[in-house]
Amino acid sequence: MTQPANRKRFTVPIGPQHPALKEPGHFAFDVDGEIVQSASVRLGYAHRGIEKATESRTWVQNLYLLERICGICSHIHATAYCLGVEKLAQVEVPPRAQAIRSLVAELERIHSHLLWLGVAAHESGFDTLFMYSWRDRETVMNILEVMTGNRVHYSANVLGGVKYDVDDQQAATIREGLDFLEERTLHYLEVVSTDSLFLQRTRNIGVMDREAAQLSGVIGPTGRASNVQRDVRLDSPYAAYADHPITPVYETTGDLLARFVVRLREQLTSIDYIRMLLDHLPNSPLTTRMPRRVKAGEAISRVEAPRGELFYYIKSNGGDMPDRIHVRTPTLCNIASVAQLVIGQHLADVPMILVGIDPCFSCNDRTSVICQDGQRDMWDWARLRQYGIDHYGTHYTKDLG
Amino acid sequence: MTNGNVPQKAPGLWQKVLDRVKTWSRTQSPWLIHFNSGSCNGCDIEILATLTPRYDAERFGVQLHGSPRHADILICTGPVTRQARERLLRTYEQMPNPKFVVAVGACAITGGVFAGCYNVIGHIDEVIPVDVYVPGCPPRPEAIIDALVILLQKLAAGPKIEEAAS
Ligand code: SF4
Repeated sequence: MTQPANRKRFTVPIGPQHPALKEPGHFAFDVDGEIVQSASVRLGYAHRGIEKATESRTWVQNLYLLERICGICSHIHATAYCLGVEKLAQVEVPPRAQAIRSLVAELERIHSHLLWLGVAAHESGFDTLFMYSWRDRETVMNILEVMTGNRVHYSANVLGGVKYDVDDQQAATIREGLDFLEERTLHYLEVVSTDSLFLQRTRNIGVMDREAAQLSGVIGPTGRASNVQRDVRLDSPYAAYADHPITPVYETTGDLLARFVVRLREQLTSIDYIRMLLDHLPNSPLTTRMPRRVKAGEAISRVEAPRGELFYYIKSNGGDMPDRIHVRTPTLCNIASVAQLVIGQHLADVPMILVGIDPCFSCNDRTSVICQDGQRDMWDWARLRQYGIDHYGTHYTKDLG
Repeated sequence: MTNGNVPQKAPGLWQKVLDRVKTWSRTQSPWLIHFNSGSCNGCDIEILATLTPRYDAERFGVQLHGSPRHADILICTGPVTRQARERLLRTYEQMPNPKFVVAVGACAITGGVFAGCYNVIGHIDEVIPVDVYVPGCPPRPEAIIDALVILLQKLAAGPKIEEAAS
């Protein structure tokens, strides 16, 4: 960087427009040379006002609106909503429907984690892994499509049950897909924990110990990578998790590597869990009758989304529309930790730390550096990466020499 | 660049050759930029899936690019939120001419399920002109590829697209 010596600090804003994918978010990092000094987050570019909109739609219409809060974990949003509304209406959902809810949720977790693996690999410059993991992700998408007829918004839930059954033929397709996925996941696990170049980007980077993790309130796989033993599927079981508990996955090191390993191992437990569910699918109808108006009252429901705990608060005044719905998504809990994690880290590691929490976005392919006098200097990804390579080049040769 | 403008005089041979080279190069490697102005991610993931091995849009020379200054095609997803509107306009304005816009998903076309939310000010073509619409929630990757192919055909046809856009 060609900066006069007296200008030591500047701010690196990242986002909100980003070419890779997903939601726009904005980060500003104050850097001193290569080291990040402080960070701030600005969200809300995708704020549409869904919570307010729920109040003018009926209970059934809301199901489809809330499913579209997120295209990655759409099933889990619908599940959380259904569980809450069913609690309010005091409707008992048949066991087969519960099992299918869990089944789709675990499929969704696999799809979400594979997606994340690809994005995270892309951020570290490991595009081969990105392409492979997305290729394999198509297997899960296939399964979901076979089951529900749609790739992204599967709409498996209805109030009072589920829409789709699993017949023997579908079960066979699912098992076949799972065998392939298991093999691939084991392979990825080996890659991320043995590839020495990749390890340089992940081991001991962005370390968050258990206390720090609890202080900043991280949840989900990000927390479990720091040995925060919290998983809603175990702590307050819902759907089929009460009858068939899931094996939790914890790691203790709390660095980026642990976050990769936790997610990949979770994928393996999900695969086992789905197999188990297919073996033990209870026989029952798929839906129960659901009243059009829901009794007045309040309910909360918690579920474990792929990224952590998803929380719904639902209030009814006895009408056919909700009085208030509040949603707290896992990313909101996790994103604050980034502001602390990046402090003292190299700028080149920031993208990795950001995606490490799986924040539902990845917006760092275009960066602009603003100097203190407001002058703008655009850095594209290639230049940023070159800078990273140069930096690490000198860094590591120094170490070796 | 002032390509495609119908010149006052009949174009010379040199101009014709130049135009054909330009059209050829444009249709061989259109670069994309993706902008999410408030979508639910569903469409964005499908766009990304379009570029990955199973669908492999890169065989049409299509490449996703980071900077609007290098892009030919703006792929938009989602309804336009109040905050994102400025950014969308800015991204569009930063792109060099000729530029094309593909609106992907029900939200981008009509506002979809988010129509009427207080922070949604409308759909994409209320803010910037759109060339190709891809319906679906989200559209399948095949549909997105189809849109790109339609766009490439339009591009190959030459100046017509300019009139349509202006
Ligand atoms: S069209 Fe559907 S999938 Fe696409 S952004 Fe809108 S709600 Fe999401």
